[in-house]
Amino acid sequence: MNSGQLPRWADYGLIPFLNLAAAFLVSGLVVVLIGENPLEAVKILVWGSLGYGEGIGFTLFYATNFIFTGLAVAVAFHAGLFNIGGEGQAYIGGLGVAFACLALDQYVPWYVTLPFAILGSAMMGAAWALIPGWLQATRGSHVVITTIMFNFIASSLMVYLLNNILKKPGSMQSETRTFEEGGRLPFLNDIFPSFGFGYAPVNLSLFVALGACVLVWLLIWRTKLGFEIRSFGANATAAVYAGISPVKTIVVTMLISGGLAGMMAINEIMGSQHRLLIDFVTGYGFVGIAVALMGRAHPVGIVLAAVLFGMLYQGGAELSFEMPSITRDMIIVIQGLVILFAGALEHMFRPTIVRLFTPSRALKAKEA
Amino acid sequence: MGKLNAKPCMSEDINVKKLLTMGTALAGLAFSVAGAMAADIKPAVLYDLGGRFDKSFNEAAYTGAEKFKEDNGVEYRDFEIQNDSQREQALRNFAKRGMSPIVAIGFSQANAVEKVAKEFPDLQFAIVDMVVDLPNVRSILFKEQEGSYVVGMLAAMASETGKVGFVGGMDIPLISKFACGYKQGVKSVNADAEIFENMTGTTGAAWNDPVKGGELAKSQFDRGADVVYHAAGGTGIGVLQAAADAGKLGIGVDSNQNALHPGSVLTSMLKRVDIAVYQAFEDAQNDTWSSGFEVLGLKEGGVDWALDDHNAELVNDEMKAAVELASQKIISGEIEVHDYMSDQSCPF
Repeated sequence: MNSGQLPRWADYGLIPFLNLAAAFLVSGLVVVLIGENPLEAVKILVWGSLGYGEGIGFTLFYATNFIFTGLAVAVAFHAGLFNIGGEGQAYIGGLGVAFACLALDQYVPWYVTLPFAILGSAMMGAAWALIPGWLQATRGSHVVITTIMFNFIASSLMVYLLNNILKKPGSMQSETRTFEEGGRLPFLNDIFPSFGFGYAPVNLSLFVALGACVLVWLLIWRTKLGFEIRSFGANATAAVYAGISPVKTIVVTMLISGGLAGMMAINEIMGSQHRLLIDFVTGYGFVGIAVALMGRAHPVGIVLAAVLFGMLYQGGAELSFEMPSITRDMIIVIQGLVILFAGALEHMFRPTIVRLFTPSRALKAKEA
Repeated sequence: MGKLNAKPCMSEDINVKKLLTMGTALAGLAFSVAGAMAADIKPAVLYDLGGRFDKSFNEAAYTGAEKFKEDNGVEYRDFEIQNDSQREQALRNFAKRGMSPIVAIGFSQANAVEKVAKEFPDLQFAIVDMVVDLPNVRSILFKEQEGSYVVGMLAAMASETGKVGFVGGMDIPLISKFACGYKQGVKSVNADAEIFENMTGTTGAAWNDPVKGGELAKSQFDRGADVVYHAAGGTGIGVLQAAADAGKLGIGVDSNQNALHPGSVLTSMLKRVDIAVYQAFEDAQNDTWSSGFEVLGLKEGGVDWALDDHNAELVNDEMKAAVELASQKIISGEIEVHDYMSDQSCPF
């Protein structure tokens, strides 16, 4: 019952589509239960996320976050590691972005600041993944446990820093001062006014995210390191026998993973909020896990899954705005159903589909 | 805090009930006018990340808005955000629909309010717990330290061991403001009193961790405290439960929590966000809207302590008299309650 029995379009197109359809069907039932019209709800959700420029802008803005955190989880997947600390790594990554912006924003334009912000966020995120990675590699402490613990440490550290050191004087809010022009990425609306993104915070970091996708693809499928990562993930024992260092592979993979998660902060901090603030990650790190699962740890799949979750976020907000009886908790239920059907129950429809495809393929084989 | 923009009606009374009775008396006269004007306002509330039913701060805003809807038949819209990017988006969504006044709950909304209020200068905005200095924004602040001072006095008078406790939610200056006023109140009654102060945590989760709140309260009881005050949102439910279980006294916060454990909740420090929201809606409806600062302390009824059937037996006449005297002195300025936020330190 492996994927080889299905044509590629069915494997990568039909099955995800069926899973999504099932998720939306069940979500529709939930909407009916609350007493709203599910078709109307779908209409608002789709229109809210794709129907007008500003909606698309918000969808892409959220998608940018999910691409980074999704890539982070995916890279670790390839080495058989489950990095669920994207939340904390992105949070600490914000520190790197903020340092770069606070230091440079008054003196240089944004395109000088950006490389430093990328470097800073990646380094901080990687640093936050280093200790869990190293502990996994040398002491066997499972990364699932250590990375999630590091989320809490990150949270406490950031609260301390924002409240005691980085806070702008005379303010109650736990945040740094607002960056000047040199610390702000241009909004896509200012670059491409014709798209009419309006006030949507989608910004240049979308292209940074797409660039990261290409680099991750090159890394995983076109480099020696990527080969080592995949080999180690497929069969650690065999990889070690073949001379691949487990310590090096685990630590380096976790560093790359953490760095990618950290880069999410570029979008939020330098691209949208223009200041480092408390709890800015609000779950993007965790959604990254679902994005990587749905996208099958492949950059193209991750972009598609990220856009889907961006739609759910933006369309969901629009939905709870237009239909007050659908609260934000219901939106989370719908997101949860998508994750359930696309991730955990991914193989539910597969046997049936395989059976449907087998006779025709067998016939063809006979004729040949 | 700067100079206050005293509103004409502020100096009198913002007691909702009174206004209502007045309203009923004038109903016949005012009906047509109010009816016509009622249709004119389209109020909206934007909650902070805690959400509509957080049993505390945001819920108080919801209560105020619901009450206004009930009293005046004016529908309002509200929205619960999921992340920081939605603050601005939601405010703008309200504004685009011409909703006004738009009341934003919580200091984290300040940047978003500032931005959107500038874009829509003809609409009225209000923000609770923060200052946004724009001609169309009303900034509503509370003197939590005054209310905390008063319940601190009650705690010290009710305590037999001379030891009292404080459990805060998230470790931020705003909560230290509660703690500092409380300490000053305790010390004003019993200068030798010992005060145990614990914060539940440093993340947003600290607002909703009743188990840890209960444990902190228990540890304070173990050290000899017999009254504990919480300013910890949902976490405080655990604090009050622990007090009831141990046969000690708890003090509620924000909303009136006396009824949670009758006989075990000494009193509650009320922070009347509901009044602030109700008043914002009402001022817009009656065309008496004013922008600028509005600082609600004991004097304005913005903070208070709760006395009802559930705690009547716990507060004797002597305590009542002492607290009322102190309240008057605070109102007249004779007692100055230290504001932690003014210098980020607490001398007590």
